[in-house]
Formats: sequence, C-alpha cells, structure tokens
Amino acid sequence: MSGYDEIGLAELLAALPPAPQGWVQAAQELPLARLGLDDLVRRAEEDADFRGRLVADLEAALQAEGIEPEPALTRALRRRLAAE
Amino acid sequence: MKDAPTAELVHRCRTGDNQAWAELVERTSRYVYAIAVQVYRLSSHDAEDVFQEVYTRAYEHLGTLRDDSAITAWLGQLTRRLCVDRLRASARESPAGDDLEPAGADETLGKLDEALAVHEALRAAPGHCHEVLDRFFARDESYATIGAALDLPPGTIASRISRCLSRLREFLEGKKTTARAVK
Repeated sequence: MSGYDEIGLAELLAALPPAPQGWVQAAQELPLARLGLDDLVRRAEEDADFRGRLVADLEAALQAEGIEPEPALTRALRRRLAAE
Repeated sequence: MKDAPTAELVHRCRTGDNQAWAELVERTSRYVYAIAVQVYRLSSHDAEDVFQEVYTRAYEHLGTLRDDSAITAWLGQLTRRLCVDRLRASARESPAGDDLEPAGADETLGKLDEALAVHEALRAAPGHCHEVLDRFFARDESYATIGAALDLPPGTIASRISRCLSRLREFLEGKKTTARAVK
C-alpha cells in the first residue's frame, strides 16, 4: 500500500477478524494442559497398563481418569506417546 | 501486559508467565487464523486443527527462537507449513494435483502482513479508537451493538469511526515519515 487512504485502511482492518473465541481460549490454556500432560506421560512411562489404555483409546482413558480430553491435550499427548 | 512489546511477551513466556502466553495468543491469533482460512481456505475443522497445532508447537519450541521480535513472522511460517501439510494429507486421499499453494497465496499473505501492521498501530491508538474501529470493521458489529457495548448513543458512532480512522491514518503516515527520515 503506497499511501494510507481511509478506504484502504478500513479494508485492512476488516482483513483480520478475530479467531473463534473457543480456539483462542484453548490455545491460551495450553500451559495449564501441559501441567496435566507431563503427569500423564510420567504415569504412562511407569505403568504399562495405563499406557496401553491411553494408546487404545486416548479420549476414553482420559475421561476414565476424570480428565477432560481437550483437543490441545490429546494432540500433545499423542505426540509424546508416539515419540517414546 | 497489553502494552508490553511482543518480544517482551515471548521472553516472559519462557519464564513460565501464563498471562504473557495468553496475551501472545490473543495478539497473534487473528493472523494465524487468517492464514489458514483466507490464504489456504481450509475448512473450519482443518483450520481449527492447524490453529491449535501452531500454538502447541510454538509453546514447545519457544526456547529455540533466536530473535524474540520475529515471533509473528515465525508463527506465520509455521502456519503456512502446517496448512500445506494438511492440504497434502487431503490430496493423498483425493489426488487433485501437485501444487498445494493456492493461487494468489503470496498476494493474500502480503495483504495480511499489511493488515497486521495496521492492527498493531491500532493497538497503540487511544483505547476508545481501538475499540470502536475493531468492533466496526473487524468484528462487523452494527452501530447499535457498538453503542450498547460502549455506552454511546448510536448516532455518535459514525462520526467517532470517521475521526478515529483519520487519526489512525495520520499515525501511520507519521510512522512512515519517521522511518524515511531515519533511513
């Protein structure tokens, strides 16, 4: 943009609408999810049975533990389990 | 926290400051979202996956970033890469060609970079201008909705938008003049 005319400015302001609030909130809560994540990975390392349940059905295994299977948490947990 | 430079937020995130992370996500989320849906035209489901993956990886790899002030560009690159990965995975299921970069991607990205610069300038504008311009243009709210939210008569919203837009233009022109003088 060579100069800042007001119509062009209005278009640029409109070009970045907010992301859906739920997505933003989930990303903001990542550090909290990570707190639970590290504990789960540690347990999986120490308890083969628990690890087997996580690998078989991650969401169900988390719910059985009373943990909400947030997408950010399940995604990160799958990656960590696969990396081991 | 809202006034902190982005590079400072990155530094604070590395020390475990969750509020800084929340602000960093708030500040960059529109850019990441826009790349996924406007440049790569991902479905809502795929865009959400990419969006969360971007922040998951960013959180994990924040310590490897060499220049804290480059965080937004880094997130942009990461988003592009994950969008292409997503399109590649879809293409494997229904092959439709090799070129996964949508037509006009560079042009749209250029526009988003400009839009980001304008939004960053808006963040530095007086609070009432930031609020009214963001609500009207980016959130597409009506005069009535803005008036109710900001406790202003709807009849004054149009003139406030016009005044604030002029101030934002002057601010951006001033920045360009200063940048030219420095060069």
